[in-house]
Amino acid sequence: MKKYIIGMLVMNQFGVLNRVSGMFARRGFNIDSLEVGVTEDPERSRMTITMSGEDYDRDQIIKQLEKLQDVCVVREMKPGTIVSRELILLKVAATSSNRQEIIDAVNIFRNKIIDFSPDSLCIEATGETSKIEAFLELMRQYGILELSRTGTVSLDRGTKLLVNE
Amino acid sequence: MMTGAQIVIETLIEQGTEVIFGYPGGQVLNLYDELYRNSHRIRHILTAHEQGAAHAGDGYARATGKVGVVMATSGPGATNLVTGIANAYLDSVPMVFITGNVPCSLIGRDSFQEVDITGITMPIVKHNFIVKDVTKLADTIRRAFSIAQTGRPGPVLIDIPKDIQTAECEFRPGPVMGRTAVNRFTDEQIEEAVTMLRSAEKPYIYCGGGIVSGDAEEELMALANRLDCPVGTSIMGLSGIPASDRHKLGMVGMHGIYTATVAKSRADLVIAVGVRFSDRATGNKNEYLKHARIIHIDADAAEIDKNIPSTLGIVGNVRDVIKAILARLEEASHPAWWEEIEEIRRYEEENVAKQDRGFTPYRIIEAVNARTSPDTPVATDVGQHQMWTAQRYRFESPRTFITSGGLGTMGFGLGAAIGASVGVGGRAVLFTGDGSFGMNLNELATAVSQKLPLVILILNNGVLGMVRQWQTMFYHRHYSETTLDRKTDFVKLAEAFGATGFRADSEESLQSALDRAFSLDGPVVIDCLIDCDERVLPMIPPGGTVNDLVIR
Repeated sequence: MKKYIIGMLVMNQFGVLNRVSGMFARRGFNIDSLEVGVTEDPERSRMTITMSGEDYDRDQIIKQLEKLQDVCVVREMKPGTIVSRELILLKVAATSSNRQEIIDAVNIFRNKIIDFSPDSLCIEATGETSKIEAFLELMRQYGILELSRTGTVSLDRGTKLLVNE
Repeated sequence: MMTGAQIVIETLIEQGTEVIFGYPGGQVLNLYDELYRNSHRIRHILTAHEQGAAHAGDGYARATGKVGVVMATSGPGATNLVTGIANAYLDSVPMVFITGNVPCSLIGRDSFQEVDITGITMPIVKHNFIVKDVTKLADTIRRAFSIAQTGRPGPVLIDIPKDIQTAECEFRPGPVMGRTAVNRFTDEQIEEAVTMLRSAEKPYIYCGGGIVSGDAEEELMALANRLDCPVGTSIMGLSGIPASDRHKLGMVGMHGIYTATVAKSRADLVIAVGVRFSDRATGNKNEYLKHARIIHIDADAAEIDKNIPSTLGIVGNVRDVIKAILARLEEASHPAWWEEIEEIRRYEEENVAKQDRGFTPYRIIEAVNARTSPDTPVATDVGQHQMWTAQRYRFESPRTFITSGGLGTMGFGLGAAIGASVGVGGRAVLFTGDGSFGMNLNELATAVSQKLPLVILILNNGVLGMVRQWQTMFYHRHYSETTLDRKTDFVKLAEAFGATGFRADSEESLQSALDRAFSLDGPVVIDCLIDCDERVLPMIPPGGTVNDLVIR
């Protein structure tokens, strides 16, 4: 199974998320993550979907999504031609003895401490999936109390825009 | 200023709607009040059940090529449409469904007769809408007509809460939405197709419902002629080329005509036009057309390579694509190929079991066929009788075969025949089985009220024949729940509904029943008693290949 990132512009209206996620569900394709938010044009939202499957699945889902009336643009965003980020907020157990070590790790990964208590730290981390995974792996030893994670969001490198497709 | 209800009716009329099939109820009272006021401008056909209305709208659309319009109330009215919507979706029938709903302020509170019909139907419509602003109502209806007819056709649902029907706003007439082709093919693709066609030694055209919905019958015949090429069809494409055309071999697939199926498996190039390679048509996909090159032409890009990978995919209106090919393609001839096909035909003639003993389904179909005109719509339900009709009835005109191909909806036939009869303004025939007919026979009431000249042939074998056939062949003759131990007297039943009923158990009794049936103006039911062990042959077992063909 390969991973694919699908970028979409959709109408910013009621039910669109349902139509898109429903298409994946009923055609039997897997969504790994789905991000949606309004764009600079308030009538449109941008979705970034990461999915796993084979080339056939990618081709089929793109063609099926293109048929949805509320979908304006849908395209694969190919690795190497895009920038991608994920964001996590996580709460890690911290004691006076290991707190500095955690803070060092956060700094080395260029993440941020955003809340502090005697027994825990809240950390904001952004980056590509591989960096996030590596950071989480590192934090596991201190005890992750809670974690909230977005999916991937992506843009094309350079002047290329999704809307021009 | 107009009310929402007025706007709905005005916009439907503006879009060319002549007939609405439907059923009133609490949340569509305002719409029905407008229908009452406008009964001289737009006809409403009251069915016995919303499912019947959905199938009638579907049959109407298939027979005429126009958009089928169906109306129902909220809650159960809307959910009763669901099978009909799915049926139209799977066979790409252009339809607009209008449902009422509870007022916006009551939505989401589990109000009386409230369901989320847009949520329920999302996977089985091309698109659906819930209108919560009366100023957007007219344009939403126009858009629905446009979506239903653009590219690959399909059903659209509009849910209109009651307060939107009573709200008022300005109405401005708008453009009539017609059928719009979506062409995405290039000159290079056409050239490539032509090059492939030139080099083919055993070309084969495989056509489907896209030929019928794309009105491409003439172009298809011209292509077959130019290429000197046999044509096989899916069940949906059966009426897309006349039975009398010498290139037509008939239906292919699980119960396809032997020669059509075998010839296809020997072709070196298959031109698939407006088909979607359903599992019932292909059998084992890994073995299917393994050695042939495939040119796949379809209005829907998502069909290309979905089920069967193609050598060349062309996306566009099938008529435009074939025209573009014809503009470049020289005349060809393939005498050796036709000789091989003749050989297959001789083998079929000698070896494939014939239904020739006694009062058989084929005889019944032929007897009816002899009395119909080439443009009489012929509807079926689903099961053995459907396959027998597809195999034996000689369809001469497009849009005359009204059958549930994709969803396989038992109970489709009677409603569909009603819609087809209304659409053509004349006689329609229904072949059904006692199982299928039992599902929605309440619509006999509709046929009687509307005085529709329907000839309904129940191929009555007292069993669910197709399931029984599978039980015979694959389930050790365990006839689990397929023997209908019913005492229904279909002649009396017809009479009870105010229709005419006959019984036929021999060629003679059938002929005299048909004499009467084709002279009457109202619906006639002919209960034809056939043997419960008649099978549909040939048959490719599910997941099988042409090598597994059962012919005896």
